[in-house]
Amino acid sequence: MESTARAFKANVNVAIADANLQAAMKRFSEGFSTKRLLAVERLPEFEALRDAATDIKNHVLENLDLYLERFESKVVETGGQVHWCTDAEEARRTILGICRDAGARTVTKSKSMISEEIAINEYLEKEGIRPVETDLGEYIIQLRHEPPSHIIAPAVHLSKDQVADAFREHHTGYPSTRVLDDPQVMLAEARAVLRGAFLAADVGITGANMLVAETGSIVLVTNEGNADLTQTLPRVQIVVASVEKVVPTLEDATTILRVLARSATGQEQAVYTTFTTGPRRPDDADGPQQYHVVLLDNGRTGMLGSEFREVLRCIRCGACVNHCPVYAAIGGHAYGWVYSGPIGAVLTPNLIGIEEAGHLPNASTLCGRCESVCPMRIPLPRMLRQLRERQYAQNQAPKAIRFGLSGWAFLARRPSLYRMATAIGVTILGMIGRRKGRFRRLPMAGGWTTARDLPAPQGRTFQQMWTSRGGRRR
Amino acid sequence: MSGSRERVLGAIRGALCRNARPDAAAEAVRRRLEHPPPNVVPMRGRLELAGRIDLFIAEAERVSTTTARLGQWNEVPSAIADYLKGVNLPASLRVAPDPALRGIPWADEPLLEFTTGPARDGDQVSVTGAFAGVAETGTLVLLSGPDSPTTLNFMPDAHIVVFPVDRIVGTYEEVWAGIRSGFDGGTLPRAVNWITGPSRTGDIEQTLLLGAHGPRLLHVLLVDV
Repeated sequence: MESTARAFKANVNVAIADANLQAAMKRFSEGFSTKRLLAVERLPEFEALRDAATDIKNHVLENLDLYLERFESKVVETGGQVHWCTDAEEARRTILGICRDAGARTVTKSKSMISEEIAINEYLEKEGIRPVETDLGEYIIQLRHEPPSHIIAPAVHLSKDQVADAFREHHTGYPSTRVLDDPQVMLAEARAVLRGAFLAADVGITGANMLVAETGSIVLVTNEGNADLTQTLPRVQIVVASVEKVVPTLEDATTILRVLARSATGQEQAVYTTFTTGPRRPDDADGPQQYHVVLLDNGRTGMLGSEFREVLRCIRCGACVNHCPVYAAIGGHAYGWVYSGPIGAVLTPNLIGIEEAGHLPNASTLCGRCESVCPMRIPLPRMLRQLRERQYAQNQAPKAIRFGLSGWAFLARRPSLYRMATAIGVTILGMIGRRKGRFRRLPMAGGWTTARDLPAPQGRTFQQMWTSRGGRRR
Repeated sequence: MSGSRERVLGAIRGALCRNARPDAAAEAVRRRLEHPPPNVVPMRGRLELAGRIDLFIAEAERVSTTTARLGQWNEVPSAIADYLKGVNLPASLRVAPDPALRGIPWADEPLLEFTTGPARDGDQVSVTGAFAGVAETGTLVLLSGPDSPTTLNFMPDAHIVVFPVDRIVGTYEEVWAGIRSGFDGGTLPRAVNWITGPSRTGDIEQTLLLGAHGPRLLHVLLVDV
């Protein structure tokens, strides 16, 4: 997918001025986090499960080569094929090749973030193959030619009127005068249209929530059941998964499943969790005849050897996004690429480069809510800081920041100069602002004063007051 | 293609600073795969059968599954007929060719039509068995196979699941133990489906709607043994 992360600041201005988006963000803000809290309170072992899930993925990452080899041999043993791919281009060509061999004209897809990374839909379309997203939210944004705005709720930025408009434009078989204001009616229409696609599809493409090394199975989690129709009805199934999705055993997958849905939507368990192993068996009455797993690196092995290894524990639950005050203010599209929220601010610079996505790690207050809810205990704030450091070290921080920081550092390293400068500043500002007690505008402080007044300093600096009260350095 | 395999695995080994084949790591991996540790198993499901049945029903109903308990298998046809009347669906069933369902006296309820086999487009009601029910979250476990076509779980409007109460276990781990012993350490069935409630979506303004792509109704008949 093309990134607009470089234009983050402009994207933010658009997002904040978008009344539809702001209404959607308001609807969004409390739902998931409250439900998560209730689910966590019902399960006394939740914190212990987080620790166990974290340990499992740490163990996997330390032995990633061994578990991938085992997974591969099990897939082959059960009649499937494994295709290793280093990057997006190779994955796209591999998937296209399988589709061509199957004579595919229609491909159904169940929601997959890795397939967004490699922008498979646009690619297949260009080659004359019709990809149809089947997760309702993902289908809606496909009709609107938009990227997802949330890992697990891709159309969360839209109102039902916008959804109705998209259906009217694209569901041409329906009378244009029909009433479309009830979500239930809209769902029934989408279900009928998509059922047609499911039955017509030659190939089904899914992602994978996990890969199980023990059995060669892939795990798919949905609430709608679309992944299951995608992987049961067509003749050929293609699973696209990045290499870090592997877990050792069915028990390990189970432990992670106990924290996944609770962290994501506050459900005890998602409606459908499916462990799929190979193609249809000789006696089976349904299921695909071919089963392909595309194992994709796309930047993961680079992160494995870096200080960002721990982000590879991520299970894409979206809890960090659901709890991020920055995301709640600007929505997902402003982040400019596939992933949004705190996880996006860490993954995007790692996957497409800090020179492209350098704004993202700076768009955080480092409040720490993301880390506190992450089921895999990924230290996201620490990583955001490390990305800022990397950006500074690579000389890529914006001039104003570099200049400001070096000025501040110059002062901070010279305590007496610092005390003098702050004392002068406080005195002058205090005198100018004495009458009103606040500033409506101040040079170089526009970022603060456009939204609120800046209180005028009164009297002395903090250090002066600290000393006069007998405060002491410890 | 094999070049990519070696490149990806080589990059991983490089990142992990592996020099040759590290025997200690391989041994730890082998041990974990052969004897999967249970990790953390919640206490919630660890109950006697009666407690498990109650918990299963309570958890299933929390997620909009409906349930009924029957004293005997021969009550199944009338229970299904009554249920379908109540939800206004036709008395026409697509039934899994599951040996466990073969003893059901369908003829007792002459208005029920039924055929067996995988689901077809237009089938509105399916009837299947289940490998297990999991009390901890009210989850059904179904295994694909000649007796249990997967499409029956996903295509119809209503999915009716009939199984004996003693198949209710406490935790998912007990399901894996059962599957492993049934398949003798061999290959898993093509699909192991955990089903926790009827299909749903929140993708339109976060309004909870049932029946997104899978069944809108999930009804469980628990037969006493």
